[in-house]
Amino acid sequence: MNNQAATEPVQELKQTGNNPPGKKLKIVLVGNPNVGKSLFFNQLSGGYVDVSNFPGTTVSVTKGNYRNYEVFDTPGIYGVSSFNDEERVARDIILEADIILNIVNSLYLERDLFLTQQLIDMGKKVTICLNFSDEVKRRNLKIDYQKLSDFFGVEVIPFSAVSGNGFNRLDFAIENAREGKRLYDISRIKNKTVYSSIPDAELIMIAEGDDIISERYGLPVAGFDERELIYIERRNAVNELVSNAEYEDSSSGRFFNLLGRLSIDPKYGIFVLLGVLTLMYFFIGDLVAQRLVGFTEGEIGNRLFEYNLKLYVGEFTPVDVTAELMNVEDEVTESRNFNFPAGIDKNSDAYVEMNQFIDGKNYALSFHYPNWFYKLLFGEFGVISMTITYLLFLLFPLVIAFYFAMAFLEDSGYLPRLATMMDRSLNKLGLNGKAIIPIILGFGCVTMATITTRILGNEREKTIATAILQFVIPCSAQLAVITVLMASAGFVPLMIYSFVILTVLITLSTILNKFLQGSYSPLLLDLPMMQFPKFNNLMKKTYYRTLGFMKEAAVWFFVGALIVGLFDITGLLKIFQDMLAPVTVHWLKLPKEAATAFVMGIVRRDFGTAGLFEMSLAPMQITVAIITITLFVPCIASLMVMLNERGLKTGMMIWAATWIVAFAIGGIVAQIIV
Amino acid sequence: MGNKTLDKASKGKFLKINSLPKGIHRIQLLRFGITEGDIVFCLERLPGGTVVIKKNRQEIAIGFDIAKNISCSYHS
Repeated sequence: MNNQAATEPVQELKQTGNNPPGKKLKIVLVGNPNVGKSLFFNQLSGGYVDVSNFPGTTVSVTKGNYRNYEVFDTPGIYGVSSFNDEERVARDIILEADIILNIVNSLYLERDLFLTQQLIDMGKKVTICLNFSDEVKRRNLKIDYQKLSDFFGVEVIPFSAVSGNGFNRLDFAIENAREGKRLYDISRIKNKTVYSSIPDAELIMIAEGDDIISERYGLPVAGFDERELIYIERRNAVNELVSNAEYEDSSSGRFFNLLGRLSIDPKYGIFVLLGVLTLMYFFIGDLVAQRLVGFTEGEIGNRLFEYNLKLYVGEFTPVDVTAELMNVEDEVTESRNFNFPAGIDKNSDAYVEMNQFIDGKNYALSFHYPNWFYKLLFGEFGVISMTITYLLFLLFPLVIAFYFAMAFLEDSGYLPRLATMMDRSLNKLGLNGKAIIPIILGFGCVTMATITTRILGNEREKTIATAILQFVIPCSAQLAVITVLMASAGFVPLMIYSFVILTVLITLSTILNKFLQGSYSPLLLDLPMMQFPKFNNLMKKTYYRTLGFMKEAAVWFFVGALIVGLFDITGLLKIFQDMLAPVTVHWLKLPKEAATAFVMGIVRRDFGTAGLFEMSLAPMQITVAIITITLFVPCIASLMVMLNERGLKTGMMIWAATWIVAFAIGGIVAQIIV
Repeated sequence: MGNKTLDKASKGKFLKINSLPKGIHRIQLLRFGITEGDIVFCLERLPGGTVVIKKNRQEIAIGFDIAKNISCSYHS
């Protein structure tokens, strides 16, 4: 292997008219995970994409336009090859690239420059963008940019993407991208006839044993030996370069370093975790889920929006209104029905009578539309009324808070450390340490946590984690109701509840671990530095994720409300309640009305649990009811996401199994304790 | 200073990597900058054998199943 001479910079790129007609040159952003590629992409394309601190969360490729170029963002990779989907996607885009902006984390030169040398060996036109230059200064590090540039034979430009420093040099970076000094002598194999027509970039891939590229050219796989030889040579060269080009003055003893250490310490790590969970509970569970959502859903959603909407609709269609008068403690003291067969404003006598009844008093009106169509749209499960209240006044604030907390955890660098600490415990459940992330998120919202199972290594782990989420993890809204009910039931019921749920968790994952083929993927995780996240980044991330989620969830909420609404107006809901009653009364030893809670639980888990408030239950009955409803089917949104993520067959199997397990376990507990 | 596997390394010690496992994990470790002959610092060893090693400023968590196939020795 020897160094080949660097070729000329691509000055002709300045003349965008030189581009072939109808074909734009492709700029591709390439780098390891969490190096800030997305911020560069945002700067170039003008459209922000997700920036994440957890390795591997940028899974899709994003395309944009900058001047006369097409710009591609690629998933974070450590090397160009075909080991996983992300690498395969990135590899194919890189092979097509005209210009590569290689984004490098200045703090992890040794790791990142391995990929850089590979890109240069591929013969691509490259500029190295050294990100986090602010952090380099802050940590008293010195990097010899000239030495790096001389070694690679390409431009090396410092940037700080978070603060925007260096972005004015992006044009220079693009215009001066050029082929660098190759470490691997391609001519050695290029001379052979069989390889002579293959482009250099592909040829390097073949030499590195890339099966897919070899197959594309009808060649046998080069084999691991060649790859390892190239990798070791590349690795050694980069290590030597970095040891000569980087100097460290001082950096230890910092608070976040200490926090990082403590969070993976076997003794203190658990306290860091408890601290994080407590903060999350107070922020999401208490401040937002209880206080803020209590106001937005109760006051704005129900009392303002739905009330006025239903009153307005009642002017056009027959409606029966139930007016309830309440005392200062919101207890119903008097109730009367008013019928408006021609609509509220056309039945003036009844309207005057109703106004006299409620005038000056604390009252609540509920509207019942005899017309099935209006009932479907604006009734109890109204496709318009209920869905908008759910989406805008309940889910929206929760999702914002949740994504904000999630972004904070991601950008702080804590989650990979937590995954490390939990790895061995989760191995016993057939999972990789990373599975702790969706499980923790599940206590916030099972629906979003189900999406997060994407970070896991294989389908088997995703299925086990999804099943755990759907079976045993109560979401924040449900958890709040459970807490209140359990507080009234006492200590022993709480212990019984915790014991049963934990037993189901261990049994369920043990069974799945035993019967699903394969095993967990071993942990090999790069731990990003611990830091206090940048507020702007958190806000941007929260905004774009919330927007994405709301767009996706909205459709399913309308569909769910439509289905339940149709069940309601066709009488199927009532039939279902009656069907379930024998199980409820004889097996679970609960009042007949508890069946309604389960039906409501299908729509939303916390609705089902909240329905139990209405009933006067003994402490042990509360225990049985809460165990059953915790294990019972996930809410509609969660089901829809699960079907999307895990497919129809697996998703429906998990869903059906929750029915069986919930009633079986609930019943067994009931037979013992009630 | 005899050979041992990484999952049994002690916290707070410098280690010399003697051999890496074969296959994809070897490639991933090479890319992370871990090669045979490297000196790394054992930042943490968790119960069960998950190990966190540090090389320069980079911290890498290695699960038991990979760590048990990495041979190393203490380096003073």
